This record gives sequence, structure tokens and C-alpha cells, in this order.
Amino acid sequence: MKIGVLAIQGDFAEHILILKRLGVETAEVRLPYHLDGLDGLIIPGGESTTIGKLSVDFGLLEPLREFGKTHTIWGTCAGAIFLSKDARRSQPLLGIMDITVERNAFGRQVDSFEADLVIPELVEGSPYHAIFIRAPIIESVQGDARVMSTLPDGRIVAARQGKLLATSFHPELTQDTRFHQYFLSLAK
Amino acid sequence: MEQQTGTFTVKKGLAQMLKGGVIMDVVTPEHAKIAEEAGACAVMALERVPADIRAQGGVARMSDPDLILKIMDTVTIPVMAKCRIGHFVEAQILEAIGVDYIDESEVLTPADEENHILKHNFKVPFICGCRNLGEALRRVGEGAAMIRTKGEAGTGDVVEAVRHARAVLGEIRRLTTMADEELMAYAKTIGAPYELVKETKELGRMPVVNFAAGGVATPADAALMMQLGVDGVFVGSGIFKSGDPAKRASAIVKAVTHYTDASILAEVSKNLGEPMVGINVSQMPEGEKIAGRGW
Repeated sequence: MKIGVLAIQGDFAEHILILKRLGVETAEVRLPYHLDGLDGLIIPGGESTTIGKLSVDFGLLEPLREFGKTHTIWGTCAGAIFLSKDARRSQPLLGIMDITVERNAFGRQVDSFEADLVIPELVEGSPYHAIFIRAPIIESVQGDARVMSTLPDGRIVAARQGKLLATSFHPELTQDTRFHQYFLSLAK
Repeated sequence: MEQQTGTFTVKKGLAQMLKGGVIMDVVTPEHAKIAEEAGACAVMALERVPADIRAQGGVARMSDPDLILKIMDTVTIPVMAKCRIGHFVEAQILEAIGVDYIDESEVLTPADEENHILKHNFKVPFICGCRNLGEALRRVGEGAAMIRTKGEAGTGDVVEAVRHARAVLGEIRRLTTMADEELMAYAKTIGAPYELVKETKELGRMPVVNFAAGGVATPADAALMMQLGVDGVFVGSGIFKSGDPAKRASAIVKAVTHYTDASILAEVSKNLGEPMVGINVSQMPEGEKIAGRGW
């Protein structure tokens, strides 16, 4: 299995490190032809405006949308925003997940936080320690998209729609590989 | 468990989100908008870019909070701001207005010529400059969650940025080949905390994100720093002191993403208009260099 990580900007190296630890072949994706031969793709954390702009400039929007029709794509934080249909402001989006997101929903950096989540679909049910950095929330899910996890106050922080995954938080910043293993099980 | 804010993990985490990106100096909300539209991953809000601080002289201090707030209101990307070395009250003010990162910067006139700010005391993360590994790890020891090599700000001459990046990255390469029993003596030699020297050896890289700064003026300069092995690039005076800031900003962003692709680098380097004029660092009197500030 070979997994690509969109390497336009952000913490793509952190995702690649975890995938390698799990014994998976990886590739950095910066141009459309880099998608050839991949079994799945991760869109990392970073700045969604930067990732969106360069995706437009280098002709990646349509190839990524096509890829998502048949393959697993997982977006973390900026990646989740990029997958969404609606980010409540004008910026380039893939628009392939039926979710509405609100950017920087918790405030500025001083409000970034760590918290334990319950994510029933992960193999073991023990709490998942999640890291939120200037994080978005998933305001609502529509269509086939469904909620995977919420904060105790009910705000949605993880969603799935078929083979597409979106998380507000950053599993790549932890040593816990359960979310990456879950993603790989969908990419098979 | 409750939500925990201000942990070192979330401080370091924001820097990790900036990797592979360009952070641009901006002095007005209009500049900030241009930077964001060009694809900057963050902006540094300040009253004068380093080239003007150099030209005008006098004491350079923290910028007016109102200017910083206006820039924060204009863009959605993270906003950084500078305080003077050792001036922890300027830092308290910047934290109070909610900036996303504080740069304890040698570009401003130092407020303390012996001590830096104890950055662990703050919830907001800090970035600091360095010229070598010892200086970098002293700053991390004080709580810096991100490091930048200093270069020589406001010159448009990349030579010092290269010198400092080569120093830091070369020292890390040598450290990874040392025997464990050599680490204490090495820590003593470079004046760095032993635990951080040990951690750097184990990781084979700086324990926090490491950008390059000080003299980057062209897409080729930016890609050069990336190929040397830094995580991202600051561009200060290089953009808004050039003939066509929007175009140059966008070209430098593309060059950092595609830093190993020479044909893309050639493409984005075309027709950028006048670069900033620049000052040749080798002909600059020692006293005018600012990279030596920091202890």
C-alpha cells in the first residue's frame, strides 16, 4: 500500500513519519501526477488559505476531487477545511465532503488546547488524547456525512463520509497511531 | 479530563502547522491582505520593516497594539509580533491582545543585555533567533517553541542566513555522530542545557521547528534555505521593499513549496521586477550588524 501526503504546506512530515512507522510506503504530493499509483491521501494541518491557493495555482483541485471519488482521503485541521463544502468564507475548497466548518472556532493560539475524546469507531475504546491548534469545528454534517466524535459540549470534531475523513485535531502530533491505522483500514 | 491550554505541545504545534511556509513582515492591514492572498502561512505585524529600522536608527520598540490588532482583524492566518529581547512586559502586552506568536527579536533594540524572557511563564508561544546550536537550545531551554536562524535582517543579503543555517544544521549533524558520554562536555562547550543536547541527538533535528530569516529576497534565496534543511522561511524587508510585492510574495511562497524543482523555480523567478536594493553584509561595519544581539 502506498499513501500520499499533500506536501504543499503544513505538517506533512509528521504524517509521513507515522505512516512509515506503520510500515506503509509514502509519497509527497505537490503536483497532479504525484497522485498516480496512490491508495489513499492525507491532507495535513497547515494554513488552509495557503494550501488552497497553491492547489489552484498548480492545477490540483480537479485531480484531487477525482481522486476522492474512488480513494480514501483524510484531512486533519486545515485538511478538513479543504475537504468541506462550506467554510463560511470565500477561499478555494475541494468541496467533496458534505460538512460545514467554522475556521479558528475556538479563538486564537492562546485558546489552542489538548483534550481527551471518545471515538467509538477506533479499535480500542479508551479515550483518544487530541490536540487542537487554532482548530476549526465541524458546525454541521449533511447528506451521507456522519459524526464520528464530539467534544463534551456537543461540538463536532470528527466526521466521516464513505471513504472521506475529517478531523479538527491532529493525530500526527501524538504518539497514538490508532487514527492512522483506522485511515489505513479504509484505504485498503 | 478538562481542556488544557498553553501546554508546550500546543505551543510547538502551531509552529509545526507553519512548516513548509513563508512568514512575511507587514506594516499595514493592506500589506497583510497582500501577504495572505499570496499564500503566506503567517504574518509578522510591525511598524517598520528591518530595512527601515536600519535606515532610520533610534530605539526600535514593540509596535503600537492598535496597529497589530488591525492586522489581526484583517487576516485569518496567524499573526506574530515582536518584543524586545528581555522585555517581558512588552510580551505581556502582546499576549493580552492575543497575538498568536511573539518574536523576542534582535531586530528591536534589546531591553536586557544579559537575560532573555522566561518564556515558560506565558501561554502564548515564542520564537527566538539563533546563530548556532548553543544559542538555539538556550532559547528552547527558556521556553521558545520555535527557532529561526538570524541572518542579517534588513540587508537583502542572504550570506548570513546561510552562515547561521549551516552552523546550526552542521552542528546537529556532528552531534548525531557523538558518543553519549561526549554529550555533557559538548553541552558545556556550546553552553546549552544537557537534556536538550541529548534530545537533539536522539531526534537528529532541532527539538522545535526551525525557520530561516534575515536576508531572503528572492525565490532562489528561499529555496536555497529550504534545501539547506530549514523548515520554512521568514521574508522581512525583501517583499515590501521590492518593485512588485504581490508578485514577489507569491513567487517566494511557490518556491518554498517546490524548493527542489528547478524548473518551477525558474518559472516563478521570471519578471518579478526590482528586488530590494540591499546592503552587502561583508562591507558593513561590525557595529551595524544586529545578529550579535542575543546572549
